[in-house]
Amino acid sequence: MSGDWTKGEAAIVYQSCAACGSRQYFRRGFCAACGAPNPEEKRASGEGIVYAMSLVVRAATPEAREHVPYNIVLVDAAEGFRMMAHGDRDLKIGDRVRAHYRRFTGRFVPYFTRTAS
Amino acid sequence: MSFITGVGLTSFGKHEGSSTLDLMSKAAELAIADAGLKRSEIDGVLCGYSTVQPHIMLATVFAEHFGIKPSYAHAVQVGGATGLAMAMLAHTIVEAGLVRHVLVVSGENRLTGQSRDAAIQALAQVGHPEYEMPLGPTIPAYYGLVASRYMHEYGVSEEDLAEFAVLMRDNAADHPGAQFRDRITVADVMNSKPVALPLKLLDCCPVSDGGAAFVVSREPTSGIGVRVRGCAQAHTHQYVTTIPQFDAMGAAMSLKRASAASSIEIGDVRYAGIYDSFTITLAMLLEELGLAGRGEAAPRVRSGHFSRDGEMPLNTHGGLLSYGHCGVGGAMAHLVETQLQMTGRAGNRQVRDASIALLHGDGGVLSSHVSMFLERVR
Repeated sequence: MSGDWTKGEAAIVYQSCAACGSRQYFRRGFCAACGAPNPEEKRASGEGIVYAMSLVVRAATPEAREHVPYNIVLVDAAEGFRMMAHGDRDLKIGDRVRAHYRRFTGRFVPYFTRTAS
Repeated sequence: MSFITGVGLTSFGKHEGSSTLDLMSKAAELAIADAGLKRSEIDGVLCGYSTVQPHIMLATVFAEHFGIKPSYAHAVQVGGATGLAMAMLAHTIVEAGLVRHVLVVSGENRLTGQSRDAAIQALAQVGHPEYEMPLGPTIPAYYGLVASRYMHEYGVSEEDLAEFAVLMRDNAADHPGAQFRDRITVADVMNSKPVALPLKLLDCCPVSDGGAAFVVSREPTSGIGVRVRGCAQAHTHQYVTTIPQFDAMGAAMSLKRASAASSIEIGDVRYAGIYDSFTITLAMLLEELGLAGRGEAAPRVRSGHFSRDGEMPLNTHGGLLSYGHCGVGGAMAHLVETQLQMTGRAGNRQVRDASIALLHGDGGVLSSHVSMFLERVR
């Protein structure tokens, strides 16, 4: 598996442990649940459900301030891991969403919008 | 056994021109004098960190500056839980017989020593550098995320959260050292500037300058002893993204362990000092600790349960939300106020009965928890 959005590519990648079946989002050389080495990297579908959100109105850096207000969301991905991203302002907890990508402070970040249900 | 024999607290707010070491020294002097000790009797030093003056060996720097030569000294870092983690460690090394009198001290010119942006950025580092930080979150945003989910799960409203800000301000109104003392209403909180919704400015603790200290000793140094009965910790996650369960953040686990260590149950508690970096923090901790049912903490604020003359007085100095938050010293102020209450020295803020107290702190995004039971002994 090549890069994901943290490396500037339009993709969300997670890791899946062959030994215990756990999924993890933060890249590591081992499974954080059981310690087995080399979890397999997989590309996520980008589908998920909104778990939580917060509309940032007061940003901490001049670069981020150009984007306010921006909605930070936690999304439960269909593949069974949770991730942080940006999303539409009118999202609600429980909404089904799909990932797109937008520029934020000079880089690509995942941006979720509601899917037709 | 160990006892909190002395406490010291500066006012919080602006201390223009005071450095981290100045504020630490001031609080340390107060605490040592309060314990009736001489500087030379301090043989252990624990200190927190300062975002304004980062240093790889701050406890030694402080000891040298303060003019003492302890036999045990180092810094501790667990974010907002640092103060109570140091109290727990002090208790442990005193019980182990390593030292006789431990000075626990912290101070920081967090407000005037740096720009507000720098302060916010330094703290945002509790987020994941690759998977969270590029999204521009702030500390209020991490807690805003938590708040949105908690409100969704338990039917808590923004007005409910506002009650905690009003309560802390009412308490602070009677403490001359508090950063904010003008009473506020739920409407004031609702109308305050949005920061990271659902959290607004008055849902958030301020950034402050200040210092706090206490002495943990093997025996009481005055008539009324405040004994550390037992303490414990729990660490379930670091990042908001990896919170395992929103209804089991670690507070209950830490409390259960502290109960086992002290043979004190939550029902025995008469006074509480609970971490309140945001209104949602206080609401969630009160409910997870069992001081209120899920979604019931705010109604209990409205009914006066947590007021000074209520059944469970709480953060009578005004907490982080109104006394202020200077970093590690912020939550140490909860312990200072608790010790004053337990020894009957809280003046116009004195509660009827503070014979048994619970202190609880968290660091990160409800990531690291420390619980501690204190008991008054004569």
